[in-house]
Amino acid sequence: MNVHNVPPNHVQPPLLDVRDLSVEFATRRGVVRAVEKVNIRLAKGETLGIVGESGSGKSVTSYTVMRILDRAGRIAEGAIRFGGVDLVGASESEVRALRGREMSMIFQNPRAALNPIRKVGKQIEDVLIEHVQAQPSDAKEKAIEALKAVRIARPEERYHAYPFELSGGMCQRIVIALALACRPQLLIADEPTTGLDVTTQKAVMDLVVELTRERNMSTILITHDLGLAAAYCDRVMVMEKGKVVETANASEIFRAPQHPYTRKLMRATPRGGVTLRDLLPEDVAAAMDAPSEPAAAPGQGPLLKVEALVKEYPRQLTGGGLAQALGFRGASADPFRAVDGISFEVARGESLGLVGESGCGKSTTSMMLMRLIDPTSGRIMFDGTDLSAIPAKQFARSAFRLRIQMVFQDPTDSLNPRFTAARSIADPLMRMGTAMGSAALRARVEELAGHVGLPPEFLDRFPHQLSGGQKARVGIARAIALNPDLVVLDEPTAALDVSVQAVVLNLLQDLKTKLGMSYIFVSHDLEVVRMLCDRVIVMRAGAIVEEGGTEQVMAAPKAAYTRELLASIPHPPI
Amino acid sequence: MLKQIIKRMATAIPSIIGVVIVTFLLTRVLPGDTAAYFAGPAASEQAISEIRAKLGLDQPLPVQFLAYVKDLATGNLGNSLTTGQPVLDDIRARLPASAELTLLGLLLSVLVAVPLGILAAVRQGSWIDHLCRLVATAGVSLPVFFTGLLLVYVFYFKLGWAPAPLGRLDFFYSPPETITGFYLVDSLLAGDIEVFRASWSQIWLPAVTLAIFSLAPIARMTRASMLAVLASDFVRTARASGLKPRKVVLGYAFRNALLPVVTTLGMVFSFLLGANVLVEKVFAWPGIGSYAIEALITSDYAPVQGFVLAMAILYVLLNLLIDIVYGLIDPRVRIEA
Repeated sequence: MNVHNVPPNHVQPPLLDVRDLSVEFATRRGVVRAVEKVNIRLAKGETLGIVGESGSGKSVTSYTVMRILDRAGRIAEGAIRFGGVDLVGASESEVRALRGREMSMIFQNPRAALNPIRKVGKQIEDVLIEHVQAQPSDAKEKAIEALKAVRIARPEERYHAYPFELSGGMCQRIVIALALACRPQLLIADEPTTGLDVTTQKAVMDLVVELTRERNMSTILITHDLGLAAAYCDRVMVMEKGKVVETANASEIFRAPQHPYTRKLMRATPRGGVTLRDLLPEDVAAAMDAPSEPAAAPGQGPLLKVEALVKEYPRQLTGGGLAQALGFRGASADPFRAVDGISFEVARGESLGLVGESGCGKSTTSMMLMRLIDPTSGRIMFDGTDLSAIPAKQFARSAFRLRIQMVFQDPTDSLNPRFTAARSIADPLMRMGTAMGSAALRARVEELAGHVGLPPEFLDRFPHQLSGGQKARVGIARAIALNPDLVVLDEPTAALDVSVQAVVLNLLQDLKTKLGMSYIFVSHDLEVVRMLCDRVIVMRAGAIVEEGGTEQVMAAPKAAYTRELLASIPHPPI
Repeated sequence: MLKQIIKRMATAIPSIIGVVIVTFLLTRVLPGDTAAYFAGPAASEQAISEIRAKLGLDQPLPVQFLAYVKDLATGNLGNSLTTGQPVLDDIRARLPASAELTLLGLLLSVLVAVPLGILAAVRQGSWIDHLCRLVATAGVSLPVFFTGLLLVYVFYFKLGWAPAPLGRLDFFYSPPETITGFYLVDSLLAGDIEVFRASWSQIWLPAVTLAIFSLAPIARMTRASMLAVLASDFVRTARASGLKPRKVVLGYAFRNALLPVVTTLGMVFSFLLGANVLVEKVFAWPGIGSYAIEALITSDYAPVQGFVLAMAILYVLLNLLIDIVYGLIDPRVRIEA
């Protein structure tokens, strides 16, 4: 193949030219093709988004370009040329010289991407010295320069920090500094903002775009978030099951998606002006009933009334790392107020959204409502009874335990790996339900599985044999097993693909209507909250900054912080 | 740091008190009548009860315990009935012999097992990985007295590379002046190369025996820990930054993999002290293990109590050392402490 075969629309040969790339993995069940005939052309200074759900092969493609596939993976066919160098045929030491110097990568979960027991400055020095961009004598100076370039305040101080002393957003800046220290030509960003708060996401993405533009670098942004890709990329490539299904300019892909999969992905992405039903594929949504108004739940007054709830934690005085990570300087002897006197109500059959960024106290609040931890002060009135009077240790034996249940964030980690799906769902029934025979128990489990749309043949599988969406269904079935009045949902869809998230959110809404439950929905995603919740509470630093009807808060936010949150949601150019 | 160490030592006090009580009770409930044993088979009933009264064994248990604690407080561990020496002196003379042997065995083991484990992890599935597994399995499957005898047979009897397995030093030489109690160290401190070589020729065979036995846990733990760390995100970042494999494996991965290895080292050290008993028997090593066994067989309770107490204190010190090493390796541990 003639490598100087210049495509008509480019003057120069592309910086990165991937042709018919196929990657295979040797697994226990034989050889699996993770990537099938992928073509990428990336010009200098261009930004390409690769979008896909888990298993689409988007990360494998980028690892292959960097030649950092693990040993089970192998390039089956195809060619990769980077700046004229054949990366498939190059020796390991030749590719190693390019990595970090000419092409760099930043990763998801920035804290884990850094060596936990080495000072961050030293880690940057390692890369600089490896690529002869610095001598041991001036390495420190240059590392601090690299930290300055990613807008880290007090870089001389941060040079000596360990990753665990820094916030997630700060760690991602360090990873970016590490990747850009040697001024590479190509940056591959693999889900760089997944798991970060929306305002941090915006700051990190803006920084990446600014730095790469300044240096005329090419960027590949790998993400599951079509909105993010469209907002920050010139072109977007959509992948499904190892194949590229569509490549288009970012502005066009939202306006006129060609491939059915792109349309499905687009539909499933939560965005302004749509309902939960709109997230599902057309044919599925049409087959479902329109969500009806919940049946008027019996009982007087609000289901839950929280008054001046406070949770204090003793502050750590030694390291200062935690306090700094939480944004406090000069730690004093005062206890740290994770939740600072909040009051709110949840009506019967209502769903309340609890929104805020990490460290705002939303998880602490939900833990107190679940009575897993004791509040420092304040009252939790549940159906007229003060639950805060019952110590958390004894609450498991209280009759109220049945009536407040929880769905956890990580569908995998929250299931016992040695329990089958049926056993997991039966667990609360066996512990707290009325005694029933094994046949009745099984019948109830199957009924619950039916509620959450889990086919009965999956009931005897173990968590590792279930998909993420199926595990989420098991977690929900378990939570509703005892017909609770209130379910606390702690980011139940954060770990799921958007199309699965769409299904699970609809399921939650239907269940609420059918069973007359109230929800407290803890989330960082305002768009999801808008569709599922009637009312929303925005929290910051342990306090409520805004409260109101979801539509009203989203359309006309009163607090500056809410406006900032809303503005940080990536808006695709439509 | 010093404050942390003192704080950490304070937490060991309850366990030492527990050990004192338990050893005391254990030695009393063991079968066998000390007084009858020492009076001899022909002794009269009266002679036995005289001895019993002399030893204070006719007193009720709480009284005996108080007396024991009172003696402990003054550093008196009682007298051994077999050797007739104060137990403290016996332990002082014998503990360094055991400790030297165990430490050297552990050192040899670490020198072989850690690189083997790292290589096995880096080249997972290669011949070196299989070799690691084979060596480790063989090491634990063979009992120490068997490997000990085998080594004596091969290296002393057949090849003649090692001297007769008769203690720490050929009686031809006189032991070096006691500074640490370790002959290898003391002879070097005294500048006596002859004695150093003589004691080395005596110690290497039993040390290798212990090393073979302790190879397995260290090598396996190093391998497993390295495999986990090599699969972690920051190693991927290091590789994606173009760092050399050597730097990635030794500079980034290994230091992170060390914590479980250090924990294992502590455990291996403590059970090597136990495994010593057999090795000391095979090599006629005048260590503390064979001493304790003798005492136990003769129902000589004072040395047994002294032995268990010495081991407990050693173990506490060892754990303290491990905690300090933890802090040196991992900055996160420093903060939490």
